[in-house]
Amino acid sequence: MSDTRILAADGTPLKKKLAQSMFRTKLRAFGLVCPLLALIISAFVLPILFMLSAAVYDDSYSSLMPESTTAMQEWDGESPITEAMAAAMVSDLIRARENKDIGKVANRVNREYSGATSLFKSTSRSAKKFEPPYLEALLAKDKDWNDKELWQGIKIASNTYTLGYIANAIDMRAKATGGFEPQDELRQIHITLFIRTIEISFIVTVACLLLGYPVAYLMANLPLRTSNLLLILVLMPFWTSLLVRTTAWIAMLQGQGVMNDLFVAFGVANDEDRFSLIYNKTGTLIAMTHIMLPFMIMPLYSVMKTISPAYVRAAKSMGATNWTAFWKVYFPQSVPGIGAGSLLVFILAIGYYITPALVGGQDGQMISNIIDFHMRKSLNWNLAAALGFVLLVFVLFFFWIYDRVVGIDNMKLG
Amino acid sequence: MAKSLPFVRYDNVQKSYDGESLVVKNLNLDIEKGEFVTMLGPSGSGKTTCLMMLAGFETATHGDILLDGKPINNIPPHRRGIGMVFQNYALFPHMTVNENLAFPLKVRKMDKAETEAKVKRALEMVQMEAFGDRKPAQLSGGQQQRIALARALVFEPELVLMDEPLGALDKQLREHMQYEIKHIHESLGVTVVYVTHDQSEALTMSNRIAVFNDGVVQQLADPVTLYERPDNAFVAQFIGENNTLVGKVTSTKAGKVDVDLGKHGHVEAVKVVEVAKGGQTTLSIRPERVAFEAKAPKGKMSLPAKVLEMIYLGDHIRCRMSVAGNDEFIAKIPNSNKTITLAPGKDGFVSWNIDDCRALDYS
Repeated sequence: MSDTRILAADGTPLKKKLAQSMFRTKLRAFGLVCPLLALIISAFVLPILFMLSAAVYDDSYSSLMPESTTAMQEWDGESPITEAMAAAMVSDLIRARENKDIGKVANRVNREYSGATSLFKSTSRSAKKFEPPYLEALLAKDKDWNDKELWQGIKIASNTYTLGYIANAIDMRAKATGGFEPQDELRQIHITLFIRTIEISFIVTVACLLLGYPVAYLMANLPLRTSNLLLILVLMPFWTSLLVRTTAWIAMLQGQGVMNDLFVAFGVANDEDRFSLIYNKTGTLIAMTHIMLPFMIMPLYSVMKTISPAYVRAAKSMGATNWTAFWKVYFPQSVPGIGAGSLLVFILAIGYYITPALVGGQDGQMISNIIDFHMRKSLNWNLAAALGFVLLVFVLFFFWIYDRVVGIDNMKLG
Repeated sequence: MAKSLPFVRYDNVQKSYDGESLVVKNLNLDIEKGEFVTMLGPSGSGKTTCLMMLAGFETATHGDILLDGKPINNIPPHRRGIGMVFQNYALFPHMTVNENLAFPLKVRKMDKAETEAKVKRALEMVQMEAFGDRKPAQLSGGQQQRIALARALVFEPELVLMDEPLGALDKQLREHMQYEIKHIHESLGVTVVYVTHDQSEALTMSNRIAVFNDGVVQQLADPVTLYERPDNAFVAQFIGENNTLVGKVTSTKAGKVDVDLGKHGHVEAVKVVEVAKGGQTTLSIRPERVAFEAKAPKGKMSLPAKVLEMIYLGDHIRCRMSVAGNDEFIAKIPNSNKTITLAPGKDGFVSWNIDDCRALDYS
């Protein structure tokens, strides 16, 4: 092969010569994107990787309770609790209390075994006075130390690398003996939320498409002046804060709000039982559809603008009715815009957070609201990370489906 | 009733887009069955609007368009049964060539076997049998043009409209396609209405040409008449090359006028439009009808001339000279064996037959 390579005039291989001559151009291009690249890596890629790692990495027990961790790893999770395990536990509890780390440890175990917080704290207070045998001392302090489920919880908490959080995110939990089992029925909330999130995102996407397509079509086929005016109207919501728009919907949709007053005035609803349009799923759907609409219209419009009116005319000249000309000729050419708009809206909607939080009430909450809850209220960042990871997997899955059905090359944003 | 009427008739058709100015002013035009009629004119002259009104994509503001004796103003485009070739072909990009050609047959609910046979025949007609499975984007401009032509003809319309279909092709291909369209027209006998701004295209293909300017048909005639006997200064200027001289009419007699060119003398010319004695007129002389000689020949019109520039063009020499105050007077001198000793700065006479000089309106 090498002897058939084309050489430049000075004898160097042409490929090498080309690379040399392009080097400055490439360097310049790299220089131009460098600041943004640095920002993205430091403010986007690294935090995300760090956050995702929290979904499977948790050393809050193993780093603070080293002796107990070793003992727990040796235990099979089934056989009776040994004196060695108890001794390691007491020694670690004393140290954790001295270092003021006992709260963290207690919290970690409490996620696996309810009631562990107070048990750990109270035990650690008297641990210094314990005499061997430590197992009996523990039992004397609190009968709960006899509960095998507690020790199993401790064993799970002692794993530094764990799939437990991801399992929690899909309503499963790790077993101390290895493997996974379904979460307690009362604590199974995530799957429902994921399904609701996908359902809401899907409905919002379809609603945006149905509402946005005619508008985009009109804009693409009107004279430039009129279509520019329409474009400004479509983009107008972006000039107002998202918070203001969402709050405006509250004023519109609430029980004594504008919409309900109108319904009552026109006799659609009785004054006594007005429609509940907000603080539920309906509210989330209405407000999110409104907020996402421009993201659907813009890609549709930019694709439709490139479809020459000559195509529809040609179809009509060949005998196609208005509908046939639209459905067989115009619509297929607008599919790239539909694809781009739908994907954009769906992916934005699936992670949407502010609007459901403000107008969603109880049954209009989405998975991101739960992630927020774990980030800010329960401070279970590991579970938040695991939920985020599962959400990311969903998004990638839908992206893959989209690629299979429509084809990602078929997407056009302008 | 229908028999006495032509196939297509524009009857006092007017079109306005803004309600302030007319794009088409009072158009009357008859097209016979089987004719190849070209609407020729500069851009903005209203020719495309006329075609779009016939196709049904624009509605006439006033007047009737009759197709086969029936007014079609209220018939939607898809029921007119008119084939159309568009400027940029308008081949459906998401369909293969075969699907494109089958489209007009499918919307007519033709059965599959017949559709296939017709598509095949149409592709044969334009010699594109091998390209049926390709997408339009995989074809060259000329190939796309042929497919667009085949698609407009595949459902056997009696009338085919073409809106500058060759505009996007290079010169050589354009000329080739002109002959091809002409031959297809002759072999199928369909009526063709063709819009172009290219006069040589119009002259090559048409039975008759309607020259448009400013929303008015300036002249409707066969190519020979149009070139040899233009009715007015615009047509003379627009079709082919043309030398113009401006003068005053001094006397008229039996189809001829005497025109005074001031200090440059006076000439006799064919009277085309009625100009009152003393009125101004534009004289039109084709460059190839002009000879340059050292002495004024007898029995011909002649004027003194001075050679300004010579351009060698192979088959002929373009000679620009100053005649009667016009520095852009062109003579096309055939490149023959006779050694013509012409050079810039040389004085002599340009001469022509009286019949070759036409006195037109002053514009």
